[in-house]
Amino acid sequence: MKVKLQTKNLNVWYGNAQVVRDFTIKIPEKRITAIIGPSGCGKSTFLKSLNRMVELVPGARVSGEVLLDGKNIYDRDVDDTEIRWKIGMVFQKPNPFPKSIYENVAYGPRIHGIAEGERLKHLVEESLKKAALWEEVKDRLNISAFELSGGQQQRLCIARTLAVNPEVILMDEPCSALDPIATTKIEDLIFDLKRNYTIVIVTHNLQQAARVSDYTAFMYLGKLIEYGRTEEIFERPKNKQTQDYVMGRFG
Amino acid sequence: MKLETRRKLSEELEDLKSKTIKMSSLAAAAVEKAVRSLARRNVGLAKRVIKEDDKIDALEIEIENKCMHLIALQQPMAKDLRIIGSCLKIITDLERVGDRAADIANITVELAGRPLVKPLVDIPRMAELAVGMLRDAMRAFKEENSLLAWGLGERDDEVDRLAHQVTRELFSYLVEDPRKTSDAFRLMLVASFLERIADHATNIGERVIYMERGERVKIN
Repeated sequence: MKVKLQTKNLNVWYGNAQVVRDFTIKIPEKRITAIIGPSGCGKSTFLKSLNRMVELVPGARVSGEVLLDGKNIYDRDVDDTEIRWKIGMVFQKPNPFPKSIYENVAYGPRIHGIAEGERLKHLVEESLKKAALWEEVKDRLNISAFELSGGQQQRLCIARTLAVNPEVILMDEPCSALDPIATTKIEDLIFDLKRNYTIVIVTHNLQQAARVSDYTAFMYLGKLIEYGRTEEIFERPKNKQTQDYVMGRFG
Repeated sequence: MKLETRRKLSEELEDLKSKTIKMSSLAAAAVEKAVRSLARRNVGLAKRVIKEDDKIDALEIEIENKCMHLIALQQPMAKDLRIIGSCLKIITDLERVGDRAADIANITVELAGRPLVKPLVDIPRMAELAVGMLRDAMRAFKEENSLLAWGLGERDDEVDRLAHQVTRELFSYLVEDPRKTSDAFRLMLVASFLERIADHATNIGERVIYMERGERVKIN
């Protein structure tokens, strides 16, 4: 199994508060890795540090390494825009641009100069197909993205991420604002995407982590407590804190 | 202060465990009564054992339903999940123990009115050992004591040894007097049923270790 992304002794501070502590993990290629842990444990910050999005937070400071295919993304010679293109992110609440469905997906490839004209049209269609949204929107690509349902908006955001051809997709609670049916669609989609992409998903929903992921990491107070195959974490965790958390007996 | 969380699940799991323990008590008592019915040629007792097997079967269904409900409604994880998974397996073993007890009781009925081909010495001894193993396996389950479960392996060897001895002995009776073939064969079956009951107790011991530690082991 090839390691796609790894962190070595990663620390993140917001001002004086340390949010991620000495975090070392290897994330396998074309697998789904879930990060679980109680609120405030640093999951989202950790996720944001994986594509340098954390640097956009005022007062944030990072030490340690995040290696994409062995190359530290925090090295001086690395362009953070390019990194966020290779390592895309899907957020908790769907956040489409106030533009048409088509423009939402076409925006990234256009500004990155990936495609234009017919090729761009084709790329938009492919991205919407990969995000399992094409059939629902193909006849109304010019309507505003806000006319879509929450679940469709989230799939549109996934299509937008896919359009710039990322290698890794980070998902921060991608279903927390969705109903169970929309959640199921996103989960099926995540599962399909694993064929071509490395996915890291932060979730509060333990059942979701259990259903979709291959590997699960339990995080507490900024630290990685336990990391292993998902079935092991949920069936026979080694660590007492992990066990208490997955059993819902965390006090 | 430790928050008390998932109280309902904890209570439901306690109830699940006590129902499983109750089922094991019925199964163990059935084996004892079945062997007693054979030793004392008590057909009435044997018939009661056969009838009471229905209670064990009904309890199995009740416990299985409870396990399915808990999985569906509570989404248990880690040790909670292992407790439920273990109960689902244990009740299958217990149901089979009940069936073997009824099988022994049936043999009592079939042998009614005929003298036994030999005095029963090793068979009651086997029954005592097998029932003792079953009770200890369930004590290990109740107390979540995997050390106690580990000890069952050696005792199972002793039951196997006795089963072998009984079979050999009955075989010699059978060779001496072919008219005794059918009855000797029935007693051989009783020995093999008791040997199976000890195996079920051993299986339960293995489930207890899995339940407590998450490790799959063979203790025999």
